[in-house]
Amino acid sequence: MFRKKKYTEAERRSRRKFIKAIAAVAAAGIVPHRKAEALDVTWEEWTQQHFKRLTKEELERILKRLEEKYTREYGKKVSVTAEPPIPGVTFAYALDLSRCIGCRRCVYACVTEINQSRNPHMKTVKTTEEVNRRKSWLQWIRVLEMEKVKGINVEEAEIYYNPPKVPEEGKFYMPVQCQQCNNPPCTKVCPVVATWKEPDGIVVVDYNWCIGCRYCMAACPYGARHFNWVKPFIPKDELNPRTHYLGNRPRYAGVVEKCTFCVQRSRNGRYPACVEICPVGARKFGNLNDPESEIRYIIENKRVYIFKEELNTQPKFFYFFGV
Amino acid sequence: MKNAWRFFLETLRVSLTGSKKYYLWVGFLLFCIFVGALAYVHQLKNGLIVTAMRDEVSWGFYISNFTFLVGVAAAAVLLVIPAYIYNFKPIKEIAVLGELLAVSAMVMCLVFVTVDIGRPDRFWHLIPKLGMLHFPTSLLSWDVIVLNGYLIINLCIAVYILYKMYHNEEPNKNVYWPLILISIPWAVSIHTVTAFLYNGLAARPFWNASILAPRFLASAFCSGPAFMLIIFQIVRKVSNIEISDKAIFKVAELIAYSMFINLFLLGAEWFKEYYSDTVHIASMKYLYEGLKGHSALVPWIWAATIFNVIAFFLFLIPKTRENFLTLNIGCVLIFIGVYIEKGMGLVVPGFTPDVLGEIYEYSPTNTELLVSLGVWALGLLVYTLLLKVAIPIQTGEFRVDKVARREVPEGEQVPAS
Repeated sequence: MFRKKKYTEAERRSRRKFIKAIAAVAAAGIVPHRKAEALDVTWEEWTQQHFKRLTKEELERILKRLEEKYTREYGKKVSVTAEPPIPGVTFAYALDLSRCIGCRRCVYACVTEINQSRNPHMKTVKTTEEVNRRKSWLQWIRVLEMEKVKGINVEEAEIYYNPPKVPEEGKFYMPVQCQQCNNPPCTKVCPVVATWKEPDGIVVVDYNWCIGCRYCMAACPYGARHFNWVKPFIPKDELNPRTHYLGNRPRYAGVVEKCTFCVQRSRNGRYPACVEICPVGARKFGNLNDPESEIRYIIENKRVYIFKEELNTQPKFFYFFGV
Repeated sequence: MKNAWRFFLETLRVSLTGSKKYYLWVGFLLFCIFVGALAYVHQLKNGLIVTAMRDEVSWGFYISNFTFLVGVAAAAVLLVIPAYIYNFKPIKEIAVLGELLAVSAMVMCLVFVTVDIGRPDRFWHLIPKLGMLHFPTSLLSWDVIVLNGYLIINLCIAVYILYKMYHNEEPNKNVYWPLILISIPWAVSIHTVTAFLYNGLAARPFWNASILAPRFLASAFCSGPAFMLIIFQIVRKVSNIEISDKAIFKVAELIAYSMFINLFLLGAEWFKEYYSDTVHIASMKYLYEGLKGHSALVPWIWAATIFNVIAFFLFLIPKTRENFLTLNIGCVLIFIGVYIEKGMGLVVPGFTPDVLGEIYEYSPTNTELLVSLGVWALGLLVYTLLLKVAIPIQTGEFRVDKVARREVPEGEQVPAS
């Protein structure tokens, strides 16, 4: 709906002027002069417009500002790009449930690739230390361990399985991450359009526009959305310096984030980190619009399972049984 | 304009002067607000990590309070309908107290949402044009509109009527009547929209039941008026305002009907869940029986259910309804009962177990409790100040002619006319 509306340059300019005037009045009282730990907002950041309303020059300026900021903070050259979707491409993913061994290598490859916050989300939860720790990590992929005799039933699934060796007898594993729905319930509910589906099918978040109401987290049937309950922390030497504005750049406290099919990689013709790392080749990725692609072959020739199909989210993430 | 300014100054004077008890009460509220503000600063500095909310249960105590308070605001409409539509005299004289309660409840609602969000500094993103309000697609954007609208409508009605009364003039029906007529469906809309906020999420079977909006309305028409009844009794004790027993008993009778519908709808929900016994019963089980050894909410929800049933009978039977001891017990039971049922009892089970079957037991941290205390104190302070002005206007003690003839106490001056 938003997409249809085109703003003229004059409209944009007058709106920006208006915003700046309002902001100047409001800022005196509202924007903290001294940077708070969690909400460190600079003037430019605070007045920044929605991603889709930015002109090319504005976007470039913002990307440059972010690059400088991250380079300063992390002590190494960081690039922040905003590659647009490739025309004619719709990304899709397939995961072979009969191959996955539940090793969680994808989970950790994801954490490093997308600059996931490493600080545990614990501290004040009134539960035991052990429970705190396991509640605490932000991870975009959750691997469910389920019993073969019970089939796919999340109510019976175990997320914190920890045997000495996987796979275990009688168990199977189902990694769940953002399903990049064609009919996403999360973007529908966002009160400020801070999250939307890109033309290549990837659902993204503008971390500078999200107000942190977490309505999308309530709406997502896959637990794919995660909140920065605390200011993210990434060790300097572990930062992945190749970042995308809508993807793996370091996030802010108080905003929601999610899997973007590694937008910083996929739009440059590379596989997402989780596909690359999978030791058993259970993860497949490609262009849904290309009839010759592997992903199309799988959908057309294998038995495919759509997670929570009854909700009509129309995922572009297909589970299948390869053997 | 000059009159309006004078009215404003006079109301300010009246709200700032009072008995020792009044100062104590206001001081107590200010202290609670101060404590809440400190807790909120702590939360701002460290992030929402200081709450017990996590990805599994991403809304908690703040949103629970918000949901309940939307219901409390219904008090107004339950007074407005008999007062204006049916011209029931005893209630007409006190309807404005209900409207002011709606105003205070709305203030609390808006503050509760503000303390819950991760980036309150980006509030301007919600302003249409300037920001990007996702209307009409997002139900939260509807909520932003209806809640602010309800606040403004009720404030306008109350201020207009009080202003006219202050000047010993008859309020112009052409002015307030349209507002009253809008306020009735608008009151229904704030509950409906807030219910739809949850109702529309197919990911959460516990909320995804079409019975949710009617349940919201039914319980709202219990909690708000129950609070009103207690306020009425306090107000007529501490001031000269006359509130007839007849009005109180009438409201109590209306509460009995609402509570009947509320319990009936709850029963309907129970039947559906337990008889069909699908996997979607998990949240219901967590709430009422406990699930896989997790049962934090069980004692609370049973207390709430029992309170509501007892209160229903107290309000249904004329003998107990018209006895102030049992009436007040009923009011307190309903207030607590609905607070649990439409607060934590509604929000938390929606997230437990979460969409991937994980159970995370949520229980608010001290920071959350203190911030909430501050917000409640703020709402009560707003209500106190509003009543401090409204009541003497209603009783005729605080009117323009009385103010002019008033003896000038030392160190105080009558504003020049």
